[in-house]
Amino acid sequence: MTANGWFQIGLYLLVLFLITKPIGIFLSRVFERQKTFLDFVLRPVERLIYRLCGVDENKEMRWQEYGATMLIFSAVSLILLYLFERLQLWMPWNPQRLANVAPDLAWNTAVSFTTNTNWQAYTPETTMSYLTQMAGLAYHNFASAAVGIALAIAVIRGVSRHASKTIGNFWVDLTRCFLWVLLPVCLVGSLVLVSEGVVQTLKPYTTAQLVEPQTVETQGPDGKAASQTVTRQVIAVGPTASQEVIKMFGTNGGGFFYANSAHPYENPTPFTNFFEMILIFAIPSGLTYTLGRMTKSQGHGWAVWGAMTALFLVGVTAAYWAEARGNPELAGVDQRASALHSGGNMEGKEVRFGIANSALFATVTTDASCGAVNSMHDSYTPLGGMVPLVNIMLGEVIFGGVGSGLYGILVFVILAVFIAGLMVGRTPEYLGKKIEAFDVKMAMLSVLISSLTILVFAAIAVVAKFGTSSISNPGPHGLSQILYAYTSSVGNNGSAFGGLNANTLWYNTSTAIAMLLGRFFVVIPILAIAGNLARKKMTPASLGTFPVTGPLFTILLICTILIVGALTFFPALSLGPILEHLLMLSGKAF
Amino acid sequence: MKHHLRVAILMTLVTTVLFGLLYPLAVTGLGQLFFPAQANGGMIVQHGQVVGSRLIGQPFSAAWYFHPRPSGAGSGYDPVAPSGGASNLGPTNRQLLDRVKGDVEKLHAENPGAAIPVDLVATSGSGLDPEISPAAAEFQIPRVARERHMSETDLRGLVRNHTLGRQFGLFGEPRVNVVELNIDLDLSHPRQ
Repeated sequence: MTANGWFQIGLYLLVLFLITKPIGIFLSRVFERQKTFLDFVLRPVERLIYRLCGVDENKEMRWQEYGATMLIFSAVSLILLYLFERLQLWMPWNPQRLANVAPDLAWNTAVSFTTNTNWQAYTPETTMSYLTQMAGLAYHNFASAAVGIALAIAVIRGVSRHASKTIGNFWVDLTRCFLWVLLPVCLVGSLVLVSEGVVQTLKPYTTAQLVEPQTVETQGPDGKAASQTVTRQVIAVGPTASQEVIKMFGTNGGGFFYANSAHPYENPTPFTNFFEMILIFAIPSGLTYTLGRMTKSQGHGWAVWGAMTALFLVGVTAAYWAEARGNPELAGVDQRASALHSGGNMEGKEVRFGIANSALFATVTTDASCGAVNSMHDSYTPLGGMVPLVNIMLGEVIFGGVGSGLYGILVFVILAVFIAGLMVGRTPEYLGKKIEAFDVKMAMLSVLISSLTILVFAAIAVVAKFGTSSISNPGPHGLSQILYAYTSSVGNNGSAFGGLNANTLWYNTSTAIAMLLGRFFVVIPILAIAGNLARKKMTPASLGTFPVTGPLFTILLICTILIVGALTFFPALSLGPILEHLLMLSGKAF
Repeated sequence: MKHHLRVAILMTLVTTVLFGLLYPLAVTGLGQLFFPAQANGGMIVQHGQVVGSRLIGQPFSAAWYFHPRPSGAGSGYDPVAPSGGASNLGPTNRQLLDRVKGDVEKLHAENPGAAIPVDLVATSGSGLDPEISPAAAEFQIPRVARERHMSETDLRGLVRNHTLGRQFGLFGEPRVNVVELNIDLDLSHPRQ
């Protein structure tokens, strides 16, 4: 670990802190339909969209209707994406003449992008046409992010309103998120990325003549070794920057290229790397401020932010430490950092990012349910790779996905308040609302659905041939690969231990189910809580009320998140990464 | 519900046109207008022929070139390899340990006594990393200088010209672009 590495991590946290309040204020103004500086251009577009689609912007919805419209919109847009993939050969902007995507892979990908997971069982360069990437995949980066943010705002309304039957209008929240929140940042941000070297073109792939032609050994069709001279390099390009920015800002994470943000055309410089990491946390961090502002308890917003930040710092420290120490099994290699190289475990990492920025990116992308990667988690040291895994297992609530992070942590807030209520023997209250049996049941339901789905699918995969045959790294690492696949799907993260061959009928089907459960079956109970809280009357705070502001609450919230996560997943983790760590130290290989 | 289904279909179509077509086309237009070189991939053109991109690594194996990091992309630095560019080998995978052991032996024979910087034996995540650490460039200077009949001091100066420090003095790690360095070497010190 180096002083400069820590300085870059500290600078990241500082910038994040500074943008939290302005973003939070802007978000609450947008969704409370107050004036903003963008109204003069966007308001006419908004009205036009409502007129074209037949939306009455002044009609409010109950939680059931809000949830139902969200599900219908997700289903319709999912089907459209599926059609783009299945018919791309006959549509424009397919200069490489890429074939139609196979049904199971197309279904898996459609679910993946609709649920904001962006799990990718395909190699984009050789699978997806420009049109599919733009109008199918990148579009869903916008849509799934807007759905998530809308849901979070609806849940905040549920907490802040009292004696109210409704929690907002889904179509209005969705449209305003598209136009006011996502569009301006993406237009400006994509040009920033292009200026640094991210490609943006509709032309076909470029062919370059290699400076030094290479003779490579290949296997002929008869299986015999043959040598072949490679003189050219086909360089994949495409409309990347426009997708890259929303991939980060909407915490989607699906790469335009297979290598994702490790690819020089997605993330060419250390500055783009910093910018992309800030984009990931921008909205999730800002939403904590929005929570405080809309519930008129700014201290509560900061208490939640504090819990998230503390867990983030633990993660980044652990990952940086583990990766900087390197791999003890590599003999005769200099892994100590110096002024001339970053040292550490460089397998699967880029030189321009080194260890500090790879570990930071891995932590950020798995804290938020983004899933973009600038280094390959599969090649991390066992403990370094356990950090992303644990981050997702904790429920994607360390800032979390756009919207989903906030409504996710509110579940833990309710559980924390409930536990505190049990400890002092009083009816738990949250911001003036009594927390009753129904709310706690729904909160537990959403927690249980996630962990149950992860563990059951992983358990099936590790005992069946169709599960284990996809493993690429034998030994305990194989268990980590499978565990990571389902954790990432349920958490709607989308990053992977990429060696696992996920493009099989079993993995395409099972991860698609896991992604759907992790998105929709988790959010419906939360919407129910929101609807139920909105209905309740305000109870004035008394001496016996447990405060949801300040360090005591922050600590209680952290403990609740850790206890739930640790109790559920520790046995599985001890057989995967922890065991591999011990075996690595004793010099074992598989 | 029928009403909402109608709205959902219309909303999907309208937003797909706006965000799936107009937005990326607008960004393409603006990008091509203001930053044409970057938007098209930072291609390096010599005598009217594209010889590579300054952002995409290339394989080099002759002794008179600086060598890039090992690559897991196809047969090496293939941007359209069907299974991507990463090795995805875990830290306890024997394939990784054997590969590194083989590379270490080769490098050790070439420059005995010098420490081998880790990035020279580790594949990158993209398999396309165009850069190596300054330590990895320094390790190769004796070999390349010998092959090109240059003094090590001259070569070190040339390498320094192609070394990027931390961006704005802050971000990332120092690095040397192998593609640009080798092209420059061929121009300024061609082999007799």
